Amino acid sequence: MATYAAPVQDLIDALGRLPGVGPKSAQRIAFYLLKVDDEEATKLARAITEAKARIGFCTVCFNLSEGEVCTICSDPERDQSVLCVVEEPRDVVAVERTREFKGRYHVLQGAIDHLQGVGPDQLRIKELLARVGAEQITEVIICTNPNLEGEATSLYLSRVLAVPGLSVTRIASGLPVGGDLEYADELTLGRALEGRRVVENG
Amino acid sequence: MSLYRDEAVVLRTWKLGEADRIVVLLCRGAGKVRAVAKGARKTGSRFGARLEPGAHVQVQLYKGRGELDTVTQVEHVESFKVTRTDLSRMSHTASLLEAVDQVAQDREPQPRLFSMLVGALRVIEESDPPLITGAFYLKLLALEGVAPELDVCVGCGEPADTGEGVLLALEAGGVHCRSCGGGRRLSAEALAVSRAVLGGGLTAALELPQGPVTAEVHSLATTAMEAHLERRIRSLRVLDET
Ligand SMILES: [Zn+2]
Ligand SMILES: [Zn+2]
Repeated sequence: MATYAAPVQDLIDALGRLPGVGPKSAQRIAFYLLKVDDEEATKLARAITEAKARIGFCTVCFNLSEGEVCTICSDPERDQSVLCVVEEPRDVVAVERTREFKGRYHVLQGAIDHLQGVGPDQLRIKELLARVGAEQITEVIICTNPNLEGEATSLYLSRVLAVPGLSVTRIASGLPVGGDLEYADELTLGRALEGRRVVENG
Repeated sequence: MSLYRDEAVVLRTWKLGEADRIVVLLCRGAGKVRAVAKGARKTGSRFGARLEPGAHVQVQLYKGRGELDTVTQVEHVESFKVTRTDLSRMSHTASLLEAVDQVAQDREPQPRLFSMLVGALRVIEESDPPLITGAFYLKLLALEGVAPELDVCVGCGEPADTGEGVLLALEAGGVHCRSCGGGRRLSAEALAVSRAVLGGGLTAALELPQGPVTAEVHSLATTAMEAHLERRIRSLRVLDET
């Protein structure tokens, strides 16, 4: 079996660890990168280094942020009493696009997934409970994906968030089940937010 | 290269690229099959929820030259609506799917395994008995021909239960009698329930309420299952539901 020079194999291996990239795609991307001119390749490398150096997670909501606290959390115009709980930073973008939501967010950085072994401890749930205890929050909207993992997460959250005076709602109606939130169009997602319903304690 | 139809249970799914999914199916006819479902993660996809773990479906697949088939059509055979809104049921379902995925061989027809799995998913939907995972694991080990020996002592071959209780020695393949020794204590009740599951008494075992005995049998069954698989079953440890 022919083998690649070590730097090529390293590149293929590194690309292969990216989400959604299989071994064949990793090879294809690696060969593409080796063909482009130096400037192009350096631009990509610099973009990665820059983003890694400047972007971290907001210490309040765990969304991507340039500073310690993200622009949404530090915006005094946002409603301090409502939290929208999402799985990933890209879901914040999806909800923001609807222009229906004026509160703030909490990013779990994942979802409960039995088959992958992802439980509540691997998500930012402890931090969510701490926020609900400490801040002036009266409503939590669970905006996890309308798929099995999102549903499991929602059921778990509704159980641990069962505290007096806190309304816990779930967007559901209107959103077709089985998909990822990021693929919902603004109108559908906006309607789903508006039509949220109170969840029973799982 | 051909199209074929089969009845299947979705064992697990992986994200692939932008919006696709790889699904692992246990098919009644074809055995364990891996397939690509294009666009399955888009909201409004005609596959969407029909291809989530635990779904019982009728599928049309295209078998190309590669390792992965392609899903071309999916219809629900039945939908487990209660399971989808209950954490305990979800956990139990996942613990079954994970073990079946580990045990099933690619493209090896196992119709008995398929029927067992569909049956267990229905039981979970209807009543979600505390012992469902434990009982299923024992049945699955029996189907694999590696059920723990519970009748005679694996040390001396004498009937194990002499009224003094037995010792569980799964690494030795079953139970030890008191005189042979070695293993951890197994109550007479848990021994009886485990035997019933492997004999003809499954229905009665599933009617048992949650308690020390079901916990003991569950622990016996999961230990035996994990020893057989030579790995931990992740689903069992995600929530304290199973
Ligand atoms: Zn923030
Ligand atoms: Zn003996």
